[in-house]
Amino acid sequence: MPVRQFGALQLEVDSEGYLVNPKDWTPEVAEAFAKEEGIELTDRHWEVINFVRKYYEERGQSPTIRQITVGAGIPTKELFKLFPGGPAKKVARIAGVPKPAGCI
Amino acid sequence: MSENRKMAFICSKGNLDMAYPALIMGWAALGVGVDVTIFFTFWGLDLIRKSRVDKLGLPPVGNASMRTGMMGFPFDVGIPQLVGVLPGMTAFATALMKSKMEKLEVPSVREMLEMLHDAGAKMYACKMTVDMAGLKKEDFLDVVDDIVTATEFIEMTEGAQIVFI
Repeated sequence: MPVRQFGALQLEVDSEGYLVNPKDWTPEVAEAFAKEEGIELTDRHWEVINFVRKYYEERGQSPTIRQITVGAGIPTKELFKLFPGGPAKKVARIAGVPKPAGCI
Repeated sequence: MSENRKMAFICSKGNLDMAYPALIMGWAALGVGVDVTIFFTFWGLDLIRKSRVDKLGLPPVGNASMRTGMMGFPFDVGIPQLVGVLPGMTAFATALMKSKMEKLEVPSVREMLEMLHDAGAKMYACKMTVDMAGLKKEDFLDVVDDIVTATEFIEMTEGAQIVFI
């Protein structure tokens, strides 16, 4: 497993760049991953990220896009604007949770 | 932005089971940043017609694949064709499929089309079919961008992977 350096932290990531251990996540990790995706995180982004982490912690699996739009009350249009290039995988990666397994 | 992957889905079927493949794959594609175009032709027009989108059905007749094992029953039995034609059988199969989709939290076709539109999919009706059926733009859902010809569809999907459903 490749290891990445974040300041003083050493984090394990998988071949697609996802954190191997969601518990390693910190807001700084989110900022770093977001920067790689060319995204500057605003409060609205953080609403999504926090929702996703809470969902993962409560249910043991990552939410799909629709689970985010419905659960966090964020319109589809807005979610796609916040995470250009498609939120399906980017949100999970930035939030330090695994790829979502669902299709919707 | 560098060249985006492009996909185009041609929806030619109007039964409930065949309504979903393109919509789900299109949604998955949009979710990972693929540009998606959907072209509704022939029976596929039912998916985008205001008067039909909520009434899509699934007839068991002529469908050898429709067996109870596929519908979640613990035994696998086919539905004899002579039973499938009985009044109420299509409604039954349709209701069964809808309940399975609901359990998986799959939205209705109407809602999926809205989601696809909001996520940036371009959706078009086939002009030839529209003319055949005597329809007008007002007959279609607001999410439909335009009525286009086959030539226009071919031109606008240059470089796209085209999936025929």
